[in-house]
Amino acid sequence: MAVIQGATGDWEMVIGLEVHAQVTSNSKLFSGAATSFGAAPNTQVSLVDAAMPGMLPVINRYCIEQAIRTGLGLKAKINLHSVFDRKNYFYADLPQGYQISQFLQPIVGEGVVTLDMGEGVTREIGITRLHLEQDAGKSLHDQHPSQSYVDLNRSGIALMEIVSEPDLRSPEEVAAYLRKIRTIVRYLGTCDGNMDEGSMRADVNVSMRRPGEEYGTRCEIKNINSIRFAQQAINYEARRQVDILEDGGAIAQETRLFDSRKGETRSMRSKEESHDYRYFPDPDLLPLVLTQEEVDAIEATLPELPDAKKARLIADYGIGDYEAGVLVADRVRADFFEAVAKNRDSKLAANWVIGEFFGALNKAEKEISISPVDADALGGLLDLISDDTISGRIAKDVFEVMFETGKSAADIVEEKGLKQVTDTGAIEEMIQAVLDANEDKVEQYKGGKDKLFGFFVGQVMKASGGKANPKAVNEILRAKLGG
Amino acid sequence: MSLDKATVAHIAMLARIRVEDAEQTVLAGELSGILGWIEQLSEVKTDGVEPMTSAVDTTLLRREDKMTDGGVQEKVLANAPATTEGFFVVPKVVE
Repeated sequence: MAVIQGATGDWEMVIGLEVHAQVTSNSKLFSGAATSFGAAPNTQVSLVDAAMPGMLPVINRYCIEQAIRTGLGLKAKINLHSVFDRKNYFYADLPQGYQISQFLQPIVGEGVVTLDMGEGVTREIGITRLHLEQDAGKSLHDQHPSQSYVDLNRSGIALMEIVSEPDLRSPEEVAAYLRKIRTIVRYLGTCDGNMDEGSMRADVNVSMRRPGEEYGTRCEIKNINSIRFAQQAINYEARRQVDILEDGGAIAQETRLFDSRKGETRSMRSKEESHDYRYFPDPDLLPLVLTQEEVDAIEATLPELPDAKKARLIADYGIGDYEAGVLVADRVRADFFEAVAKNRDSKLAANWVIGEFFGALNKAEKEISISPVDADALGGLLDLISDDTISGRIAKDVFEVMFETGKSAADIVEEKGLKQVTDTGAIEEMIQAVLDANEDKVEQYKGGKDKLFGFFVGQVMKASGGKANPKAVNEILRAKLGG
Repeated sequence: MSLDKATVAHIAMLARIRVEDAEQTVLAGELSGILGWIEQLSEVKTDGVEPMTSAVDTTLLRREDKMTDGGVQEKVLANAPATTEGFFVVPKVVE
């Protein structure tokens, strides 16, 4: 719980989210126009999307299935009877003059999302509903001093609006919630979750209250398109509301927008008069009636979801809560780990996948799909560590070369002659040479300067080019110095 | 139910229809009459009757998720008062 300390005492944030997630589909919710991102303006628009007179909407069956799939992923109730309504307002990028949405009877009802807040702490966030609706077109305001340009390519693409209960209490929880929703829709394949392309956006409702007391008046911050901006906007808005409340003022319920350049929220005055949306059932569309069999058939095809996958990774591979959490945040990463860990030391696999491998990917700004090192190749490297062919330290060097060249670990070890020296006779010779060259330090060690042991190990490893088996070096060195 | 002049002005604003002051009083009377007429329907007992959503016995038609439309930029823009580089051009609408 994030508490803001005001001059008159503590204030608690109460936050609820409306997440708009674009449905992954080939064509739009009510027309056969394409949905791909970045096409030339107004080329993916049918006469239905442009709201030409007499055009009628026909619903896309796949979008219905995607909404059901998402609802099931949110552990929510699927409503077998739902209704499409018209939400009436005027805006330049809404040619119909109304948005087809679902108001009183949405396709998905109450559900729950579990947040992992670290150190074993979890939070359950209630989902109020999920409904299907049309996206609006896009206005560009920065191309001309006195004109706006309108592109309707986005107009009519299916959106799922996922509404949460006001259960969130801090910007950190909001970030965790957005990440979790994104992970779930990506696992399900129902939305690509790309916030930077606008396929997932959030409206954030923020109010402040004295801890434990009734909810205060809320403000809605519209159209946040990154997790970082959501956190910034909430922090700014919370502070603004506390300042007003502490001065004895009242919060005006209003729509605000977040200015990411200034890091502040400000009132959207144009929205004030338009809150009267005059919803009514769309006469062009019959109610959407589903059968339980239809819902069950979709449920049977759901993939393993992040919470279940995390529990299984911990149980099957004996890895930690943190490691499992990092791995399941992305299905492709979890799959990669499982491919590497199969029939191998799973903790070693987790350390390498999360540490060296993800580190290298991040540094190179690459996705797993185009990684120069695949799961088999990384597994091959781990095998060389496990059978004592190379040490863990040498393995890091080998991995770097693998990542640069795409060669196999075995080939690199062979080419560069990196095989670990496990021949105790050879190691003993190296140790003797180091001790002979450092007689003064041997005396100091015997005189009680224990720390010099590390120095001797370092010298031997250096002499061997890092190839001496560290365990053997330690044992032989201890025997020699002890004697 | 009867509508007052202020409500008529509000409805006209929401619908973006200009209604002169003198007309508002006339419309308030006419709309109140229509509403009163419709209200008679609420006298019919409908307890236990399913709402009727269509006069024919049919369900919501669903289409396949296939790209079958679009690619008609010229037609889409044909009635626009102004266009540039494939965009509709409208007076600036932003805060």
